[in-house]
Order: sequence, then structure tokens, then C-alpha cells
Amino acid sequence: MTLVKTHIGRRAFIKNSGLAGGGLLLGFSFLNSCKPKQAEAVAAGIEMPKEWFEINGYLKIGDNGVVTIMSPNPEIGQNVKTSMPMIVAEELDVDWKDVLVEQAPLNTDIFTRQLAGGSQSIRASWAGLRMAGATARHMLVAAAAEVWQVPADEITTDAGKLYHKTSDRTMGFGEVASAASELEVPEEVALKDVKDFKIIGTSRKNVDGQKIVTGKPLFGLDIQKEGMLIAMTVHPPAFGLKLKSFDGAEAKKMPGIKDVFTIKTFKDDYTKSAFDNSAFTDLIVVVGNTTWETMNAKKAVKVEWEESPDADEKMQIFGREMKVRFPAGLESTRIHKTAMADKSKVKQNVVRKDGDPEAMFKKAAKIIERSYSCPFLAHNCMEPMNFFADVTDDMAVLKGPIQTPEIMEKSVSERLGLPVEKVDIQMSRMGGGFGRRLYGHFLTEAGVISQRVKAPVKLVYTREDDMTMGIYRPSYEAYYRAALDENNNLIAFHVRAGGIPESPLAANRFPAGAVDHYLAEDWSIDSNITVGAFRAPRSNFIAGAEQSFLDEVAEEAGKDPIEFRLELLKRAQENPVGENNDYEADRYAGVLELVKEKAKWGQEQSGVHRGVSAYFCHNSYVAQVLDMVLENEHPIVQKVTAAIDCGIVINPDAATNLAEGGAVDGIGHAMYSAMSFKDGVPEQNNFDRYRLIRHSEAPKEIETHFVQNNIDPTGLGEPPFPPIMGALANALYKATGQRHYHQPFISEKQIIG
Amino acid sequence: MANFTLNVNGKTQELDVDPSTPMLWVLRDHLKLVGTKYGCGIAQCGACTVHLGDNAVRSCQLPVSAVGEQRVTTIEGLSENGDHPVQEAWLKEDVYQCGYCQAGQIMNASAFLKTNPNPTDTEIETAMNGNICRCGTYTRIKRAIKTAAASASENA
Ligand code: FES
Ligand code: FES
Repeated sequence: MTLVKTHIGRRAFIKNSGLAGGGLLLGFSFLNSCKPKQAEAVAAGIEMPKEWFEINGYLKIGDNGVVTIMSPNPEIGQNVKTSMPMIVAEELDVDWKDVLVEQAPLNTDIFTRQLAGGSQSIRASWAGLRMAGATARHMLVAAAAEVWQVPADEITTDAGKLYHKTSDRTMGFGEVASAASELEVPEEVALKDVKDFKIIGTSRKNVDGQKIVTGKPLFGLDIQKEGMLIAMTVHPPAFGLKLKSFDGAEAKKMPGIKDVFTIKTFKDDYTKSAFDNSAFTDLIVVVGNTTWETMNAKKAVKVEWEESPDADEKMQIFGREMKVRFPAGLESTRIHKTAMADKSKVKQNVVRKDGDPEAMFKKAAKIIERSYSCPFLAHNCMEPMNFFADVTDDMAVLKGPIQTPEIMEKSVSERLGLPVEKVDIQMSRMGGGFGRRLYGHFLTEAGVISQRVKAPVKLVYTREDDMTMGIYRPSYEAYYRAALDENNNLIAFHVRAGGIPESPLAANRFPAGAVDHYLAEDWSIDSNITVGAFRAPRSNFIAGAEQSFLDEVAEEAGKDPIEFRLELLKRAQENPVGENNDYEADRYAGVLELVKEKAKWGQEQSGVHRGVSAYFCHNSYVAQVLDMVLENEHPIVQKVTAAIDCGIVINPDAATNLAEGGAVDGIGHAMYSAMSFKDGVPEQNNFDRYRLIRHSEAPKEIETHFVQNNIDPTGLGEPPFPPIMGALANALYKATGQRHYHQPFISEKQIIG
Repeated sequence: MANFTLNVNGKTQELDVDPSTPMLWVLRDHLKLVGTKYGCGIAQCGACTVHLGDNAVRSCQLPVSAVGEQRVTTIEGLSENGDHPVQEAWLKEDVYQCGYCQAGQIMNASAFLKTNPNPTDTEIETAMNGNICRCGTYTRIKRAIKTAAASASENA
């Protein structure tokens, strides 16, 4: 048992804290919010209580013992809406079958970091969620002690009941919920020992499952409201262009169309945050009654575009004001490729240097040199960007899919000229996020449009808009060089990595720390094509490149690829080079050992070609073995075996699902996907030309193993995604005899039969 | 604009709408049946799959004028209580991540199982190849289809 002070996030536990965050102002009443839940509760076999008692901002308990737990964070498919409440329920010591889950409102007075990004939801809220449950449990126990007139420490709890063993008395949580809700919040509460967990570590079904399989409205695009209009925008067809003039007369005459006008997404003097990033901020808007009518009218708008000038934009990036350069011009992939290759050839900015790599390269017995690259990628969330806004003179209610509600509240408030207390941003379940919905310009656009038309509006991006409006995974290139001595020891390692417009380099990650002579350089090329975080930013390329390169180095050294990595990790563990190595070598080696055992590495079957890869990012370690077979010269991924160390696993089956998805998604993007440009125009604008992995191309089987430990949980949404690209490339080499350096691999003709 | 009488999920629906309007938008905007999803609008992703009679079709490519008297079934009407064997299998395997593509996956899978109650892995892959899942739940979808097939044959 651990005692923790409740003061971190203590505001959550102070009565009526909802008031402080403007909850009541916005008409949000937690205690009344359960009425529409009736039907759902009945479906789940839960009887609704007559009265609810709010114990703290995270939970309320009904007079019959039913508990409602708030899920604070945005749900993008990473399962937080189930797993976060599980943590609260664990410490509360309630039976999961008596729990109802609700999406919490945005209220940063109560909840910590209501943001979906960086695989941090569980990690950042772990302590707060446990404390919320434990505090409530403590108060129930105190209330029971009062009723029974016994010392609190003689009372135990289990599955929603309180017990006083010596006098053989039992009571349900519901019976003391009212009394508990009146008590003072304790200064200190006890947390459970990990070994006593009953809910955490057991698989629980997705709380929205029933709604998903029956098609209930859950997503932003599903929002309907009386009098709601549909809005769509027309944006420049190419990066580097902006609006010159337009003629919406014809469009406006079309059936169902209310208006055609232009908006500016931001005020001229506004300093954007990194999450306001958008290439096109002068937009033509078409507003109509229905989606189909609006879509058609959009095509009838006549527009003249002109080239935009060089721009240096001031941006707030993580609290610092920085200048970001968006050069003029119409860019093309062909020219990008040459420019990146040129950068790779010459010395760049040194980020880390250990020992004397140049001297070592001079005296090396063998030098291996390779370059890797990847294209821009569009996020392609299955639910295109959209947002609902209802802005009146003194209130803005916005609802929809957004990963950064807290940050967007400020943008919207500034843009609409309303104080933050009058801006209510509500979160819908999201049809995918992958980083795209961190950048909420669409939300601000929806607000501006609603303010202008004085009506509730749902802004909808067509798939084409979604794919061509920017915020892509950058295009990257990495050049590697390794030196072996005459005994095939790795004596020097050199990475020079960059991209458009940022470098993917993580200079302090493995194999830094494992090689005496190490050099890491970065570079970047400015661009007017906007980019953003994409599932495991930077790692999503550099992991695959590095892990392919290490495979080649191991082969040149005549070593087994797993043994080769383990040797390096042993070095990093026993006698690390340098100070700032950004990984724990023993946990890194741990996942490799585990995958080696589970995949039966070394017991190869004929016709099965294997590749291995391991990577550390977002605080978690993942190793994967990919088995490939050739059918009619066509590579088929037969199986992926994964070993993952992300600390305590909250919901194992859901975690497994996420790990499977990461592997499928990673194979898909490395193999098939690319966004290319010609004269600024995105050459792919829908799924006919933009390839995403499909059923028949997915691995036939995926087996996921978690390292069992008691370490506080870390990220899982991103870590399984980057390394699989290396495992794929390494297996492709075994299967085809060809190394694959440039993503997407499918365009390297030789692999496809 | 023109008047249409449609049979959607066993109910008769009258509406006045442009004949070229795809069923996807008729369902979502006019009939407020939002379970059918928009993903691409060009028959590439399968998110908008519904049943026309017994066949799975892409509602984004189906003009309302082409429906006539044929029965239209959406995810909302697949079963009365959300207990169609395919829905139950999806719940059992906890297939979804974000969940957005899943109505289309379920509608395609349920139509497919009617024509092929006991499919092989390859047949499943071929039948489901038009339904994209960005979250990458393909292996679970396949497992759920097999679960549904097995439960249907048990109950048969
Ligand atoms: S929306 Fe119809 S197939 Fe994609
Ligand atoms: S579950 Fe997210 S797209 Fe399929």
C-alpha cells in the first residue's frame, strides 16, 4: 500500500469544482447528465439509481451503488474511454459491471492534460486517475465508519461493498454515497498494491462497442441539430497558391444553397500556436442545407488563384515564439528528392559526437554506407475532418473530433472575440486521429462560419479536402555509415538525417551509447507544404531506416541480427558511451529476448523469410519479428510476433488490438502509401490513387506479448508502429534478395512479382 | 427535386429530394440514419456499405432514383436489438479501434456470409478487400467473421 498526498489535482476533489471551470456557466450539470443514459444502462443490464451523489469530479455514485466514471481524454481509437475509467474503478474497488462511462467535458481545473497525443494519455493521468478512485473509496470508508461507529481501518472494501468483518456487517457503496459526498476531502489516501489489482490487467470490452456495432451517432460527422446548416470550403489546389478572387454567384443560385462567402481563419495580428498550423487561411465557404447540395455547389464556385509570397510566420511552439519559414513557389516531389539527396552528401549540423568517428572510418576494415528515404504521408483518418459550431453573440458551443480541445479553446476564443469561459468545446468519439486532429484549424473555421451565418453549422471536409489541405507526415532521408574492424566489431557509427521541413534525427537513441565513436548530424529544407505529427512522429521513419541499416551491418559482420543488437545493448548497459542516452538498455534487450523466444528465432522453417526490428519511442519498447512467404513471387506477411514493454498493461485485449493495428498500419504505410506533389498540387486526393493497406495485404496472424512488470504504464498508441517497417524491409530482403531503401516499397518494382 | 417512396429498414419513407442524391446522403441527412458512414464518396473505402435487397452496395454510388422498391437495410436495421450474429461476433472479438469503418465492415461481412456461410480465409480477404480500416483491425475482422460463421452454423 502506498500513501499519496491528494493535493496533485486536488481541485478535482473540491466540491462544485465544476463551477470554477465554467461548467455550470455552460449549462453542464454532471449530476443531471445521466438522464439520456437510461436506455444505454438498460441495455447494459444496469438499473439506474433514483439519486446520484458526486464524490469528486471524476465520479458519482448512485443510491443503488451504480457508479458513473468520467473519461477525461479524447478517444481516437486508442481505447482510453475504457481504460482510463478502469483505473479509477480499480482504486474505487467497484465491480466493473456496475460502472457506466461518460465522456468528460473539457475542464482542466479537474482533469490533467485532456489531450490525445504523444501516447501520453494513460502515462500522464495514471496518478490522477488512481487518486480519484482512491479518494472516493477513502470517503466511502470514512462514511461507513461513522454509520457503524467503528474505526475506519477495520473496514475493508471489495467490488462495490464495504465490510466490517469483526461485527460481520456489510453495506453497498450506494448506501453511504450520500454521506460520503458530504465529507471533507482527505489530505492523504492509500493506493492499492499492484498485486491487488482486480480490474487493471484484465481485459474489458470497449464501452462504446454496442453503439459502434449498431450505428449509433458517436462521431463528429454524426452531429445533427435543428436548423443546422452544412458548410464546406474551397481551398487553393496547390501549396504556394492563395485566393485572388472568386465568383460564387452561380453556386449561390443552386438548390439548397444559403450563401457563398470568404473567411479568414485567423485575425491578421494573431500569433498562431503550432496547433493552428494551416497552409490555407483564406477560404471560400459554401453553406447549404444538405451535404450533397453543398458538395455540388462547391464545384460551381469560380476562383482565381495567385502565387503566395515568401512568408516568415511567428508561431508559438511549446511556449516559445519562433519564426517558421514558408517559402514561395510551387514544389514538386522530383525536386524534393534531388535536394534531399544533395543534403545527404555533405557535412551537416553536428548534434552529437562521441570519440573520434572520422579517425575510425579512416582505419576501418570495412565501411557500410546506405541511404533511406520516405515520402510525405496524409493521415487519412477514416472520418474526414469536420466540426460542429453554434456561435451566438455571447456563447460558442463547438463539438466534434479534436485531439487538443484545451489548446483550441484559446484559438477559438481569440478568433471569435469571446472570453474562454464562453467557449464550450465538447469531444466526440473520433474516427481516427493519428496526430491529424492535433491541428484544429477546422474547428476555428467552423466557429467563424457559424458566427457569420448566425446559425448552427457543421463544417465537413470532403475526402479530397481532407487529403489535399496539408498537415502531412514530412518527407525524410537518412544517410548511415558504419565502420567495422578486422574482427567485425562495430567501431564507428554515423547518421546524417534530415527532411522537408524537419529532421527525424533522435541523436541520443540507440545505437548512441553503444558505440565508442558516434556522429549524428541533422538538416532540414524549408517548404510551404504544411506538416504535422503523424503517429510516432520522426520515429515513424528513422526506426525503420536504422533497423534496416543495422540488419545490413550485422550481415556484413557475419552476426545474427538479434545477437548483434544484444551485444550492442550489453555494451550500453555495462559501460555506456556518453551521458544523455535516451533509453534503458536492459528493457530494450528485454523485448528482443522475449521476441526471440516467442518467435522461436533460430528455428527457421523453409520458405519462411524472417526480419527482426526493435525500437524505443514514447517511453515504450517494442521488438517485432515478421515472417514472410512468397506466393507466385508475391510477398505475403504470414505472421508478426511482437514483444512490448510498456509497463503495466491496463486492458490487455485492447492493448493487443492497438499493437496489432500498429503493425498493420506500419506495414501498410511502408509498403504502399505516398503523397507526392507536382507544381504544388498533391497528386493523390482520394483512395483510388492513395493506397492504404487492405484486408488481403494484412498479416495473416499477429501475436503480441507484453513484458510483465510493475513499472508505471507508458505509451502504446504509437510505439508498435515504427519498428515494423524495419522488420518488413529485413524480411523482404530475405525473401527477395533485394534490400529496400525507399518507401513505399511497392514502387520499387523488383519486389512485386 | 422529385418524390420518392423508399423502404428503409422495413419502414416506408417518403421524401422529396434531387434524384441524383446518393443514398449515403439521403440516409444521413434526410433520414437521420447516421450509422452509414462517409469515407471517400468514390466507392473506394466501403464505409458507406448498406444492403440493397440482399446485396452489399456502396451507398455513396447509389443514386436515390435507382433504389425503386428494393429493400434498403442499414446498420441500424441489421437486427432489432443489435444481436445479429455478425454484430455479436464483433462484440465478442472487440474488433474496433476508432470504430468509424466498422458499420461498413459489418454490413459487407453480413451480406457476404449469406452467400458464403462457411468461408475460407482467402475468401474472406477477397470479399472484404474493398473495406479500408485505417486503424488496421483486419486480423480481428477476419476472426470475427469466422466467429459469426461458426455461431451461425451452430444455430442452424
Ligand atoms: S464512402 Fe462509399 S465507398 Fe467510401
Ligand atoms: S476501426 Fe478505425 S478505421 Fe477501422
